[in-house]
Amino acid sequence: MATQSRRLPAAEPPESEEQHEPFVLGSVTEKISSTIFGRTPLWWWIGFGVSSLLLLIFAYTLLAIAVEGTGLWGINVPIVWGMGIVNLIFWIGIGHAGTFISAFLLLMRQHWRGTFSRFAEAMTLFALTTAGLFPLFHVGRPEMIYYILPYPNTMGLNPQWRSPLVWDFIAITTYGIVSLIFWYIDLLPDLAAMRDKARKPSTKRFYGLLSMGWRGDAGHWEGLHKTSYILAAIATPLVISVHSIVGLDFAISIAPGWHHTIFPPFFVGGAIFSGLAMVIIFATLLRSGFNMQRLIPLKHLDNAAKLMLVTGLIVVYGYIIETFGAWYTGEPHEWALVVNRALGPYAPTFWGMIIFNGVVIQALWFKRVRRNPTLLILISLSVLIGMWLERWVIVPVSLSYTYLPGTWEIFNVTIWDILTLISPFGLFFTAMFVFIRILPVLPIHETQAVAVEESRE
Amino acid sequence: MKTDQPVSMFGLAAEFEDDRQLLKAVRQARAAGYEDINAYTPYYVEGLTEAMGKKQSNINYFLVLIGLAVGALLGFWLQYWTDVINYPINVGGRPFNSWPAFLIITFEAAILFAALTAVAVLFLRSGLPLPYHPIFNAPNIELASSERFFLVVRVQDRNFQLRQTREFLQSLDPVSVSEVPG
Repeated sequence: MATQSRRLPAAEPPESEEQHEPFVLGSVTEKISSTIFGRTPLWWWIGFGVSSLLLLIFAYTLLAIAVEGTGLWGINVPIVWGMGIVNLIFWIGIGHAGTFISAFLLLMRQHWRGTFSRFAEAMTLFALTTAGLFPLFHVGRPEMIYYILPYPNTMGLNPQWRSPLVWDFIAITTYGIVSLIFWYIDLLPDLAAMRDKARKPSTKRFYGLLSMGWRGDAGHWEGLHKTSYILAAIATPLVISVHSIVGLDFAISIAPGWHHTIFPPFFVGGAIFSGLAMVIIFATLLRSGFNMQRLIPLKHLDNAAKLMLVTGLIVVYGYIIETFGAWYTGEPHEWALVVNRALGPYAPTFWGMIIFNGVVIQALWFKRVRRNPTLLILISLSVLIGMWLERWVIVPVSLSYTYLPGTWEIFNVTIWDILTLISPFGLFFTAMFVFIRILPVLPIHETQAVAVEESRE
Repeated sequence: MKTDQPVSMFGLAAEFEDDRQLLKAVRQARAAGYEDINAYTPYYVEGLTEAMGKKQSNINYFLVLIGLAVGALLGFWLQYWTDVINYPINVGGRPFNSWPAFLIITFEAAILFAALTAVAVLFLRSGLPLPYHPIFNAPNIELASSERFFLVVRVQDRNFQLRQTREFLQSLDPVSVSEVPG
């Protein structure tokens, strides 16, 4: 059977959603393992090539910033938080959908979570890796980053536990570790399946080592099942806490535009919103790239799009409350900032944010849009741009217009800022391209179980 | 393994095509008095552990709760100790023990410890990692991760008799019954 799958034609006739052939056990394993053992498609080489090129640029940018200093970015007093922080928030946000899908939807017993959970969690890990690099370089002394750890030192100094930046560090580290183990234990049975499917001894050994001797006996499954639910129950509040704390980085300060109690939930909504956009883009590309129309059905994309609409509406609600709060508090600087955002020099980015985030997603109310992969990709791209602009509007734009007119400033965007904006996609996508070729992109065991159940209904 | 000696045995394996068939077989094996049995499946089969007569235990939840509590205590203690005992710094008259600000790291530490406990318990209770296991000698066992379901009766079982057990397993209508050397 395995040899057959290797010769799967590159372009299978597209299967329509409705005509379901009788389900054959093992066909799911066949199909998903074909992304690993099948031939490397041309688009993979192109995508991998472009992203590794970007990755090189990213490495060069970070090196330059480490060697020359953060002055290469356009940051200066008063705009001390620039592209590094904007990207940090953007990338952590991208990561949030993965854990949200795998943990929260598991607790809600949503069967369609299996379609997205594996690669969405991989996205979480890679997005966190990308995000983690920004504060590292933003502090200007990457080699001194360990100062943030509570370790006994000759200076007798300890971290400042009242600082949200320290909370952030702890929260993101915890989040990374928990996501990794959640992802890995769910991978064990699938790695075992790859071990059993592999033909070359070296490949067999590779997956054999990674699968840790998983045999799929009843005790293993019972343990995995239980642990998944425990971890889901643990990870759901964790994922909410991480971006809340990122929100607190701002909300705890007194700068106009930052000092809002809405920030923690608003940030969580925005994070899951942008993460879902990335998940939908990736799912759609995977679907057509590997002919996975049956494994990633339009119905599931539809569900993800609905979730994106909901979180998008939470974000829009955040905008409204933010503006209302600025007016209602009667604080002149807050209100002046709101007016400046909408009508000042940064008005295009503000209105861009409103349009890309708030207006475009209204198309998702229509089922026909939610079931159209091309439109979904376009809307998701719009969401990604909009959410990036939102972080831009929050970080440098707020800082450009604080209490003293003497410190009003326009952010001076340098070429390094632009490179810092574009090149991180290289790291993220290179990792994703490698991931889809060496690990099963969908959880095989869960997909099989759901398929068996559905075939009996 | 020398060929002139009788091959030691792990058990007898019956191969099934369907999880419902397997569940039925497991129940029948239990009814026939076999205790030392195990099942190998490509996905989580609801009710399999119960059918095998294994008791459900809540030790996982209990240990994870302990991990949660230990993490919370350690997390809070770390902050309390550094800020109140080890190096108290008066910042604008704020209390040394600023417990509301400490709660966030307390929470994160609790989550981290609970998650690590959950995974440690999973690995310890399922005996992983384990590079070698006799079941890997069973014919067709590589299908157990994708499309086949196996029921194994161990030689250690009180009622294990090679001929009778084989006949019993045959009667369950499996795809095949085979000896698992081990």
